[in-house]
This record gives sequence, structure tokens and C-alpha cells, in this order.
Amino acid sequence: MMANETGPGKRIDEPTGTETVGHEWDGIEELNTPLPRWWLWTFYATVAWAIAYTVFYPAWPMIDRATSGVLGWSSRGELAEDMSAADLARQDVFERIAATDIEKIASSPELQQQAIAGGAAAFQVNCVQCHGAGAAGIAGGYPNLNDDDWLWGGDLEAIENTLLHGIRWEGSDQTRLSYMPGFEGIFDEAQLDALVQHVLSLSGRAQPNASGAETYAVNCAACHQPSGEGDQIQGAPALNDAIWLYGSEAAQIRQQILYPKHGVMPGWKDRLDPATIRMLATYVHSRGGGEASPQPEEAQEEEATVAFNGQP
Amino acid sequence: MANPDEPGKEHPKPDAKPPRDWGGALDVAEAEPIAATQRHAPKQPAPASVPEKLYEKSPTVHNKRIDGPFRRFKWAVMIVTLAIYYGTPWIRWDRGPYAPDQAVLIDLANRRFYMFGIEIWPHEFYYVAGLLIMAGIGLFIVTSAVGRAWCGYACPQTVWTDLFQHIDRFFDGDRNARVRLDSAPWGASKIARRSGKWTVYLLISFWTGGAWIMYFADAPTLTYEFWRGDAAPIAYATVAVLTATTFVLGGFMREQVCIYMCPWPRIQAAMMDEKSLLVTYKDFRGEPRGSLKKSQKNPGDYGDCVDCLQCVQVCPTGIDIREGPQIGCITCALCIDACDRVMKDVGRPRGLIDYATLEDCEAEAVGKPARPAWRALLRPRTLAYLMIWSGIGGAMLFALGTRTHTEISVQPDRNPAFILLKDGSVRNAYTLRLRNMESRPRTMEIALDGLPGAVLWTDTIGQENAARSQAVDVPADATQTVRAYVVASPDTAEQNFSIRVTSLDEQRETDAEQTLFTSPGAAQ
Repeated sequence: MMANETGPGKRIDEPTGTETVGHEWDGIEELNTPLPRWWLWTFYATVAWAIAYTVFYPAWPMIDRATSGVLGWSSRGELAEDMSAADLARQDVFERIAATDIEKIASSPELQQQAIAGGAAAFQVNCVQCHGAGAAGIAGGYPNLNDDDWLWGGDLEAIENTLLHGIRWEGSDQTRLSYMPGFEGIFDEAQLDALVQHVLSLSGRAQPNASGAETYAVNCAACHQPSGEGDQIQGAPALNDAIWLYGSEAAQIRQQILYPKHGVMPGWKDRLDPATIRMLATYVHSRGGGEASPQPEEAQEEEATVAFNGQP
Repeated sequence: MANPDEPGKEHPKPDAKPPRDWGGALDVAEAEPIAATQRHAPKQPAPASVPEKLYEKSPTVHNKRIDGPFRRFKWAVMIVTLAIYYGTPWIRWDRGPYAPDQAVLIDLANRRFYMFGIEIWPHEFYYVAGLLIMAGIGLFIVTSAVGRAWCGYACPQTVWTDLFQHIDRFFDGDRNARVRLDSAPWGASKIARRSGKWTVYLLISFWTGGAWIMYFADAPTLTYEFWRGDAAPIAYATVAVLTATTFVLGGFMREQVCIYMCPWPRIQAAMMDEKSLLVTYKDFRGEPRGSLKKSQKNPGDYGDCVDCLQCVQVCPTGIDIREGPQIGCITCALCIDACDRVMKDVGRPRGLIDYATLEDCEAEAVGKPARPAWRALLRPRTLAYLMIWSGIGGAMLFALGTRTHTEISVQPDRNPAFILLKDGSVRNAYTLRLRNMESRPRTMEIALDGLPGAVLWTDTIGQENAARSQAVDVPADATQTVRAYVVASPDTAEQNFSIRVTSLDEQRETDAEQTLFTSPGAAQ
């Protein structure tokens, strides 16, 4: 049979009796083997499917938007449905946490885990701006929440209270409120140096200074307590420990005595629901420095002995 | 045995294929041994006409019933494989109160794979990868030793096609009756037969799809939930899809799957050589074919093949094995059974169609004695595959036997890397993952290895109980995440240390992971 009988380049392959497709690559030719009928129908079915799809679903691009399809489906709508389904699934946990006293959450390890996880998520949205992603604070006035030093108390209830009402925040009349007076012009240079030395000596950073101790007893001990352990009731920081919110250098302490800084934290009671605040408190408390809740009498001094008990 | 059908009618596509010239084969083999080795070189038949349409209607294969050793072997394989498939999920295996009691269970929801006494966790997925590699090499072994035996006996497509062909036979009778029924007009009898047959197809297909999902959940519970309508939607969808595929692939497409869809024949074709066993028509013995009458009239002019077409009629893929090795042949050996029976009836030696290697055929063609087929099984390539296969299997068994069921992984907090406490000491936090791979709850001890003077506590054990080691309860067959706090004296330098976990039971399995203690002090 001749090639020109079946089309340009096409010829009948003799061993199989099948026509070739007419292309040739380095002597390799392809047989135009017929498709099985089911295969052909499957192909037609996919074409029909594609046409139906463009009718039912968003498909054809128009001038300003694509055709929306008769089913009205959209990926945004699906996402919204998924989100509300997820919210609904969490509803139960939120309700349980809102209904549980914050001290009691720990008695159900499962609920505690959920509270910590929920708190961690809320922390990343609302708190990291000041306290950092690892809750380690930012040097110069934003407290580290991982350590065991708490200005306003580190048990669950105290943390929840701080979260609800904030610190020095105008939005709540129950906010944590105290101001350290500025001592500018009250001490002379020698008194100031002696006082700074005494404050440093409380944590073993300097030699004791008798004149400084006298100034301290008169001016500072009311809030910071005679041996510098501070007072969480009025948010007076402990001065006898290793943690310094505004720095432990003599110059920084001097600056704080003369021109004290006062950090402000907003209260969240109007912006977050009670369950989220409870979860945040549980999360912050779980960061390793949380204090035990005040027990009915007895073990109230336990917390003071929570100290390093390894070998020096 | 006489041929019940007229030969001219039964030859597949009698018009499409020109009569082939078989005349020379015997002469060449006798006269020129070298030319005889090229018997399988492609010959050029006369050109045929071009099909006018762009699709080809597949001819329905109505294979005839046959009995014989290979058919019985095929029955046995079918029964065993179907019993394994349908029955395995129902085997119970007691693992105690904390693990499912199903012998084979792929628990996707809980990410556990149970196989009798073995339990695989997701991080041990390399065992599954190893099994898949073994399955692959296993197919190589089988192909190297006995050719396409997988296709002929054990492939699900073959087994279910075979099953459905038996159902055809049950409803419509044997080959001739089925051919007649196919061409008969639609009437009450045909409708009844067809609907009966397709209903049984559908029942088997449904059962097949239903059996599949049993591997993924507790079988009795799932069965109950399935019929109550409480099972997961994916269960119903899976059953629907598998019912449809079984119904279509087993009931209607059959050999089309092997010939058009399956990649395996192509791969196997590449793996086979002249030493591979395959079902072969010994043309040097059979050609030129001629009916019994002709050969009685002219003894010596004809070969052993009496052209009765029994080999074609029993073939489940509808091919003519006498055309030589071809992709449509799944080597089920039913044609051997058919031919042996005819040879016995006409008083000629068996094995005109037989399992043989091409090399043996060539030797036999030039007059050397036939070599028994089993001797083709043992050859270096097969043994090499076998060694690789058993090497992987042995290594996996060894690893399974020696693996520990207690593990720890330690992830130090990076933000913040360390925390200064009130008394000046340094605290680091770590996320520990304790893996208890036993099906019972265990108490494990986590302890510091190194870092002198340091103590640890956890999120559930308060700082007041800080010590060098702590006991933690880990639930059965679970990973327990523990947040651990390690505190060391102010002058501790940055250094490596380990956290060790020990199971507090008679096994006392242990595992440790090194990690870093970060501190503001200089590194040692």
C-alpha cells in the first residue's frame, strides 16, 4: 500500500496491519491503534463532566468577576462554614472553662491542657506585642512572665485579676494602682549614693551601707519592706532578688529613684470573653513561675522557700 | 475428544488476520539449527486492511469450562486468596484492655497499624516501606522464577474475573450457550438470566467493598454501625467506589484491564528473558497443524496440533497461545490443561502447550531432550532476588525484635533560652515527649544525666518537689508530652547534658537524648 493513499506521512505498518499516525522521529513511528470503546466513552464522560462543572461551580472569567455557578458555592463561603463549625466544636470547652473556678481547672488535666493551649493561642494574638512571643518580656519595663518574680502576685487568681483590670489602666476602677513617688530634689548626692549602695546590698551586689540603710528605712521600707522583699499587694517590686525590671546597674537604680517609670497594662475584660481570660491566666501561670494559690492558712510561707536547692 | 464447534466459526477475528505461514517452521528447525533459534523473530505477515473506525469494540470472551491440574491449582489459589481477603479482618487477637483485639487493623484515626503481634507507629513507617519493597522484590522473584504467575493465579483482577466467569457459567451455561444467549434477542428468559447474574455480581462487589473497610476499624462494630447508618461517610463512599470498581472491572472489563490498563505486564515483559518460564506452544512439535483425519491420511506431513482450538476456547483473555508469547497471556495455564486432555484423547504425548523457557524450547527444537520445567526455577538471578528479599526481611525482623518500646525526645525552649530566677539561679525549659509503645500504662522515670547540682520538675510536679529525677505516668500506647523545668546554680556554664527515661517496670527499658543547658555564663 502506498503512503499517499492514507494521508501525508501515513502508511500501513505491515506486521500489524495498522495505520501509522504519520510522524517519524529518527525512524521511530507510532501506530494509530484504535481506542477501546469504553475508553472513548470515558473521555466523552469527562468532557460532559467539565461542561456540567462550569455550570454548577464558579468557572468562566467575566469582565469584573467570574460566573458564580448555579450552586452558589464559593471558597470564602466554605471557609466561613468551616470556621463557624470549628467555633461550634470549641463551644463546649469554652463553656466548661467559663463555668469552672480558675483554681479548679487544674483538677481536670484534660481541661487544663485545653485551657493552656487556648491561652497560648490567645497570648500570641493579644500579648506578644509587649511580653514577647516566648512570654519573656522586653528589657526596659515589660515583665518576663516565665520567672518566679511577680509584681502583683503570681497565683492563678491574681494573674486573672491583673488580666481583667490591667495595671494603672483607666478603663477599670479595680485596676492595679500604685505610684512610686519621684525623689528628685529630696536627697543630696551622698544620700542618693548611699541609698543606691544599700539597695544593691540587699541582693548581695554591694557592701552594706549604714547611712543608706537609714534613708531606706525612712523613705522606702513602707512599700518595699525593711529587707527589700517587696509587697505584691501594692505592686512594690522586691529589691532583694536577681530580677530587675528597669535594670540592676547603679545608674539605672538611681534613675528609677529620681524619676520612676510606671508601666501600664490594659485590662482585657471588655475586649476578651471571660473564658479566654481564664485560659490566658492558666497559660501564663503554667510558664514555670506560677505561684501556688494561697492555702487556707498553714502553708502561706511555702512560697518564700521556693528557692534554688541544689548545690551552689 | 472431538471438537464440538466448527473451527472456522471459533477462530477469533477470522477476517482480520490472514492465515499465517507455519509451513517453514518444522523444516527450518530440522535443516538449519541456527535459523531455528530465530523462530521468534518477528515475521512479516501480509498487510491487512485499515480499520475504518477509530475505536474497537472489544470481543466478549466466553471461556469454556476445563478441568485439570492447573485449573484445580487455580481453584485452590482463588479459595485461599478470597478467604484471606474476606476473613482476615474478623480474626481476633488479644492485646489486653488498652489495645484493639483485631488481628490486622490499620487504625488511621489513632495512627496505629496492628498486624498480629506487631504494632507499628507512624514514626516506624519504614517497616511498611520495607514491606512494600519486599512485595516489589517478591514480584521480581516470582517473575524471574515462574514468569507471570502473579497475573495468572493471584492477581485480584484475575481472581475476581475468574469468580465472575464462574457465575456466568452458573447462570448462562458453558461457552456455546453463552455465545447463543449473547446473540439472542431480549426476551423474558434473557432478562431473567441477565438480571439474576448482575444481581449476584453486585452482591459480590458489595461484599468486596465492604470487606475492605473492615481493615480500617473494628470489624464487628463497623458492621453494626454500617447497617444502622452510623458509620463515617468515608466508609459508605469507600464501599460505593469499591463496589463500582469490582462490578465494572470484574464483571465487564475483565481481560481489558490486563491488556489495556495494567502497567505490570509491560514491566514484567521487560524483566523476562529467554530463561523465564512461560506458557509456550511448542510450534516445532505442533506445526504444521492438521486435523486428526488429515494426519491419518498423510502420516508424517502434519505436526501434533490437531487445530481443535480448545486452547483458544478455554483462555480467559481470549488469545491464541499458538501465535507465540504475547502481552494478553496471563500464563494461567488453562490452555495446558485443555491441550493435555486433547493430546491424551488422540494418543499423543502431553505438553504440546506447556510451561517452558524459550531457551529450552530452542534446545528441544533442535532435538535435545526436554528439560523438566522445575529446573528453570533455580537460576542465579532468582537466587540473587531471593537473597535481597530475605536480607530485607531478616533485617526488618531483627529491627522489630530489638526495638525498644520506650523512647524520649527532648526539645529545649528557644524563646526564651533561659530564665533568671529570683535567687539568681538559671532555669531552662524543655518539652519532653515520652513514648510508651506498650499496650499498658507505665510509670517512667525521667532523670538528669550530667549537669551536676541541677534539679528538675515538671508542669504537673511542682517546684517544691524538684529533684534529680521524677516519676511520670504515661498512658498505654501513647505519647505523653511533659514540660520539664531544669534549674541550676547561678554559676553554671552552658553545657550539654542528657535527659534519660527509664520504664519503672521489670523491663527497665531506657532511652536518653542529649540536649543543651543554656546559661548566661560562658561555655565550658
